[in-house]
Amino acid sequence: MSDRPDGPADISAHFLSDRIAALYPKAGTADADADEIADITDAELVVETGELVPMPPRARADEDDPARESDIDRWGRSENLRALTRKMYDPLYKHWFRVEWEGFEHLPREGGALLVSNHAGAIPSDAPAIMHGIETELGRNVYGLAENLFRAMPIVGTLWSRSGGVPAHPDNAFRLLHDERQLVLVFPEGTKGTGKHYSNRYQLSRFGRGGFVEIAMRAGVPVIPIAVVGAEESMPILFKSPRLAKMLGLPYFPITANMLMLGPLGLVGYFPSKFKIRVLPPVHFDVAPNQERYSRSRVMDESERIRRLVQDALYDMLRRRRSVWFG
Amino acid sequence: MRVLVTGLSTYWGGRVAQALEERPDVEVVVGVDTRDPSVPLERTEFVRADSSYSILSRIVRATNIDTILHTHLIVDSTQTSGRTLHEINVIGTMSLLAAAGMAGSPVRRVIVKSSGLVYGSNYQDPYFFREEMPRTRPARTGVERSLLEVEAFLRDFADDNPHISVTLLRFANVLGNFIDTPFAHALRRSVVPEILGYDPRLQFVHEDDVVGALMYATMHDTPGVFNVAGDGNLPWSDVCAIVGKRRIALPPIFTAFANEVPRALRMWDLPPEALMLLRYGRSVDNSRFKRAGFRYRYSSAGTVEAFAQGLRLEGAIGDTNPTYKYQREVEDFFRHSPAVVRPD
Repeated sequence: MSDRPDGPADISAHFLSDRIAALYPKAGTADADADEIADITDAELVVETGELVPMPPRARADEDDPARESDIDRWGRSENLRALTRKMYDPLYKHWFRVEWEGFEHLPREGGALLVSNHAGAIPSDAPAIMHGIETELGRNVYGLAENLFRAMPIVGTLWSRSGGVPAHPDNAFRLLHDERQLVLVFPEGTKGTGKHYSNRYQLSRFGRGGFVEIAMRAGVPVIPIAVVGAEESMPILFKSPRLAKMLGLPYFPITANMLMLGPLGLVGYFPSKFKIRVLPPVHFDVAPNQERYSRSRVMDESERIRRLVQDALYDMLRRRRSVWFG
Repeated sequence: MRVLVTGLSTYWGGRVAQALEERPDVEVVVGVDTRDPSVPLERTEFVRADSSYSILSRIVRATNIDTILHTHLIVDSTQTSGRTLHEINVIGTMSLLAAAGMAGSPVRRVIVKSSGLVYGSNYQDPYFFREEMPRTRPARTGVERSLLEVEAFLRDFADDNPHISVTLLRFANVLGNFIDTPFAHALRRSVVPEILGYDPRLQFVHEDDVVGALMYATMHDTPGVFNVAGDGNLPWSDVCAIVGKRRIALPPIFTAFANEVPRALRMWDLPPEALMLLRYGRSVDNSRFKRAGFRYRYSSAGTVEAFAQGLRLEGAIGDTNPTYKYQREVEDFFRHSPAVVRPD
C-alpha cells in the first residue's frame, strides 16, 4: 500500500482511470494475447496420446478461449460492464456518499478472503460502495454473494450477475474462495439486515446459521469483518407491508423515507449520508481446510465472535460520528 | 475385449461401434437395436431386438460379452413419444442390467451414457454441479424422470455386483454437425429463441468428445459417475453470436404457453428441458473425468465455434452427412461368405 495516499478520505480518487484503461487492452496487445493463447492450445494438443499430463494451474483459461465473443466469465460477470458501472457509480461514491475507508490495509493483495459486512438500506447501498472501493483501489475483483432470488428475476438477475453477483450457494463460495482465490463479499444478516425498521438501525441481526464461517473454514481463507456506517440513513425503512410483500413474493415490502419525500423516485434516490467503512483485522481459523463438516458449536462461536466484532466497531464509529450527513 | 453396444442404430451407437472396430484389442463387437444401423460397419454383428431388449441375456451368454456399452438412452423428448421413451430408457435398462447381472454372467464392465438433464435447471442450483450433488427440485419432465430412474437402477446394480465396474457418464448439451440435438436443431434455424431478461450460462460438449469419452471409459477402467462437458461455459447470447443467429424473445411469464405459437409455425421445436435451460442454464464441474485422464478436444465455446464452422461449410457445399442404407443380405455376404477373402 506504499503508493496509497495517507489520508483515507480520497482513497478512491486515484487509480480509477488506470484501472479502466487496464480493462480495455489496446488493439496491439490483444493480438499478442491471441498468439499466446494459440501457443497454449498447441501445447495441450500434444496430450492426446492419452498420457496423464498434469493440468496447467487453474488459471482462468476458459475465459481466454479464442472462440468466445464476449468477456463474460464463467460466473456470468462482465468486466466491461463492471468498468462501465464503476464509471457511472464513481461520482455517487465520491461526491454523494463521500465514502471514507479505515483499515484498508487489512484487505489482502492476493489470495482468497471472505469479506463479511453489516447490511442496511431498503435497497442496500453498502454492497456497491464496498465493491467499488476495493475494485478501484486494490485492483481486485470482488464477487458479491446474494440471495439466489436475484437469479430468478428477469433482466435484474442478468444485470446483477454481469456486475459480479453470484448466488449464495456454499459450493459457489467455495469455488471462488478456494479454487480461484478471489475476494468474496457476503452479508450474513441477509434480508433481515436490509429489511429492518429504521428504529433498529445498526443493531446487527442474527448472522444466519454461521454458514459463512463454515465456508471460510472449508476454503481455508480468513474472514475479514467490515463495518459500514451511513447505509442505514441512506434509505431508512419507516413502514413495512407484509401483505404486499407476500403478494409480490418479496422478502419484505418497505415504505422508505425516500419514497415519502420523493415519491416513486425514492426507489432509486438515496439520501446523501456520509459513508464510513472500517475494515477490521482478518480473522483466521486454525482448522484444516476441505473437511466434510466442522464442529457446529465452533462455527456458531466464531460466527458470534465476528458479529460482536462488527457490532463493537459500529458502536465505536457511531460514538465518533458527529453528523449523519457530514461524518 | 468383447463388447456389446446397445442402440447401435442411434448416432452414438454407430459411431462408437466404428471406433471399437478400429481397436485390435476388441475381439468382438455386437450391436443391438430395434432399427437397422445407420452407418457402415465392418465387423460389428447386428442383432435386431424389441425395444425392451428381452433377448439380451441370451446374446450376452452366447457371445460371452465382457463389456456393455449402453448408449441407447433417449435424452431428446422431441424424438419420440413419452411411452416409447419410458420403454426404451427404463425398461430397456432394466433388461440390460438383468442380463448383465445374471448368475454366471461374463460381464465385467458396464458403461452408460446418461445426461446432465438429471441435474435439472433451477435458480437455486449451484453454478457448477459436481457428480455427487443432488438436483434442487424434483424432476418434472418424462425424460428427466426416466433418466433418474435409470441412474437409480444403475446405483443398485453397482452395489449388488461389486465385481462389475460401472461407469456412468453424464453429458452436457451435445453440439455437432452430424447429430441432431435440440440445440443443434434450434441453431440451424434462421432465428433462435431466448427468454426475455435471461441470458443463461450454458455448457456444450462436441460430438467427437462424446465418442472419445465413451471410448475412453470403455478402454480404461474408470468406475464411477463422471460429468462430461467442454471446459468453461458461455452465455446463450454468446452462443447465438458465434453461430451468427438472431434471437427472438419469449416472455418470461407463460413462457411454455407462448412457445406453442412458434412451435406450431415450425420456427423451432424445443423440448421443455431445453426451454428450462434458456432460463437458468446449467454448468457442471468436468474435472473428475479429467483427473481420470480424459482430455477434451473442444471447450464449450470451441464446440459452438466448430459447430458454426460446420454450418458455414454446409451452407457452401450442402449436406456433408454421408447417407448409408443398411442391407442385411449384402452385410451378411461380406461378413460370413466363404467367398470373401479376409486378412487374418
